[in-house]
Amino acid sequence: MKTVNIIPLFVIIPLTAAFLIPLLGRLVKRFSEFAVFLSCAMLLYLSLHARILLNSLTDKILVYKVGGWVPPFGIAMVLDGLSSFMLVTVNLVTFCVAVYSLKYMNKYTDKPKFFTLFSLMLCGMNGVIITGDLFNLFVFLEIASIASYALVAFGTEAEELEASFKYAIMGSVASSFIFIGIAFLYGFTSTLNMADMARVLSFKQNAYLVHFVGVLFLMGFGLKAALVPFHAWLPDAHPSAPASISAMLSGILIKTLGIYALARVFFNIIGSTQNYLSVLMFLGALSMLVGVILALSQWDLKRLLAYHSISQIGYVVLGIGLGTPLGILGGLFHLFNHSVFKSLLFLNSGSIDYALDTRDLRETGGLAKVMPITAKTNLIASMSIAGIPPFNGFFSKLLIIFACVQKGYFGYASCAIIASILTLASFTKVQKFLFSGELKDKFKEVKEAPWSMVISTVCLAIVCLLGGLLLLTSLQSFMGDAADVLLKGTAYAKDVIEAALR
Amino acid sequence: MTTDSKTGMTLIVKTITRLTVGLILLFGIYIVLHGHLSPGGGFAGGVIVALSFVHLMLAFGKDVAVSKISKNLASNLESLGAIMFLSIALLGFLGGSFFLNILSKGTPFKLFSAGTIPLSNISIGIKVGLGLFAIFLALVLLEKAKKEK
Amino acid sequence: MILYLLCIVLFSIGLYGVLRKRNLVKIIIGLGIIEYSMNLFFVLLGYRFQGRAPIDAQDQAILTMVDPLPQALVLTSIVIGLGVMALVISIAIRIYEKYGTFDITKIKKLKG
Repeated sequence: MKTVNIIPLFVIIPLTAAFLIPLLGRLVKRFSEFAVFLSCAMLLYLSLHARILLNSLTDKILVYKVGGWVPPFGIAMVLDGLSSFMLVTVNLVTFCVAVYSLKYMNKYTDKPKFFTLFSLMLCGMNGVIITGDLFNLFVFLEIASIASYALVAFGTEAEELEASFKYAIMGSVASSFIFIGIAFLYGFTSTLNMADMARVLSFKQNAYLVHFVGVLFLMGFGLKAALVPFHAWLPDAHPSAPASISAMLSGILIKTLGIYALARVFFNIIGSTQNYLSVLMFLGALSMLVGVILALSQWDLKRLLAYHSISQIGYVVLGIGLGTPLGILGGLFHLFNHSVFKSLLFLNSGSIDYALDTRDLRETGGLAKVMPITAKTNLIASMSIAGIPPFNGFFSKLLIIFACVQKGYFGYASCAIIASILTLASFTKVQKFLFSGELKDKFKEVKEAPWSMVISTVCLAIVCLLGGLLLLTSLQSFMGDAADVLLKGTAYAKDVIEAALR
Repeated sequence: MTTDSKTGMTLIVKTITRLTVGLILLFGIYIVLHGHLSPGGGFAGGVIVALSFVHLMLAFGKDVAVSKISKNLASNLESLGAIMFLSIALLGFLGGSFFLNILSKGTPFKLFSAGTIPLSNISIGIKVGLGLFAIFLALVLLEKAKKEK
Repeated sequence: MILYLLCIVLFSIGLYGVLRKRNLVKIIIGLGIIEYSMNLFFVLLGYRFQGRAPIDAQDQAILTMVDPLPQALVLTSIVIGLGVMALVISIAIRIYEKYGTFDITKIKKLKG
């Protein structure tokens, strides 16, 4: 098998799992768990392998021609620095969440259906990352979105259905905006391949239409990413889902469908001008502050975490919106870090929910005695999200603040610092009300979560602890290559077309 | 099929349905099989196939349609259609690329031509036809479960 | 040109339905109108003046055809719309089961 052939496997493996599970899940006992575990492990291995493979290439890009059709005519799949960075992030988190779900989903009935939707969502996300065709991106985005609508409603309780309905309606409207944007771009350039589109757009003079399309994409992808004016669905949808799905949604879904797609379209296709970057920075700073302020007054653990997701997404967008090498590096690093520690926090909230059957902070307390490992992993995640050295969140926030200062945006830098302090305050509250203080009598019998759940949280906590090491020069190509792709801007087109003809 | 007047619609509807439902099914299959020659294809034909079952269900009541194809069978066959489509796409790896059309293309405008495309159309037809029927059935069963409460 | 503008009008009607109506079913209908309007818009983008249907037949020159690609894409988009619609309708039925109403002002267990 040629090395290029690993690229479509990122879509094929989860898709096969998703269709085999409903067929065999009812007949063979524990087939669904087995299939999901195996496919996620394979994907994690493949994503790391792709990263190493990419490192050995000189121009760091691989193009796969689906069906043997040469790119402007057929669908191309592109593996470059940014894609492989996102693939590692997504598949790392998914693997941990899948291990966690094996036991956690005993709370719910009908595991095969859950794992089918889970695999479909994974397939959609991997597809969005790997594709080099704009319409194909839309299709995968919809696969991931529809699976996530269904997963939010998985418990079929009143709140879950309500949240899912809200999420589905807003998500569909967002998809319509994206679709209209794609239609305009197709009408304007007569091509759908991202690289070819960027090439054609660079020849057009006075392309006012492109700005209109940019606004449409900002609305669409911004809604998927829950930037502040479009954030209303997130605090309802994320807490309502099962905890492992909250971890997936908050950890990677909003980043893949929102941030990644937004960055890819704005930087590599349309070409980033200062206007777009200013808008992104403003929205980022706004999300940062609004998210964290709304989070302060929450008592429901998962709802609090969901508001923090909005705030942390703001950091990522602010970093990417700066447009400087340091800013983009910081933004992408924060993206990785946030997906690790936020999924860890949600998984911990799931463990607490699993053991206690409540997630109201006013009812808990003193859990450090009965759930020692969860207490420790949660402490690590809280310190990471609040930006305490030496955890990974500290380094990425520091990079973003440095980048702001370097470019002279002292206002945005102070916003980032204020949001960080408020985050610390909020998580001090979480730690205090969850783990310290008196243990209530009714929780005396509570035990630590089952071992498979503990293992995945411990793995994520270790990544949190060691995440700062990614800035070492020997490992820096992991994020450096990703930042390079965004920095190159529309020169991406030339690279893809050259690699495709190879 | 029964002409029992207790379930479903009136005798007129039932008679017309009995005459037309086979034709609708056949037309759907025709559209699926000729997808590579004329407008239509797997999705359009699959929708028509599904409509024939829905037609049956509307005229004769739920039980007759379910006795032809149960919900489990429908969803299993739907997954099977998807697996078939995926394996046809994977067959392309034999020729070196995902989704590569490896079979002989034949002469244009003949029924047996265009390599793997008719096979993909058939698997999509199965998937869409039974998938749509399963969706309709699920909505009907949901409604019924609510009434029983 | 007027056709494109009418598509935008249709889109706005759908958006109005989603944003302003209080009944879940009407919101779903609004969503459907949005989907139809954008599909219509995309198909119209592929139209060429006096073009014919893009079907290749035995003795016809491949000239004066409308653009077939938007039609294929719209078919995909219709399938996606169908999936969303089925899901949203089933959720709405379940919501009716739980709350006994379709009025969104009465469905508010979530807040904050």
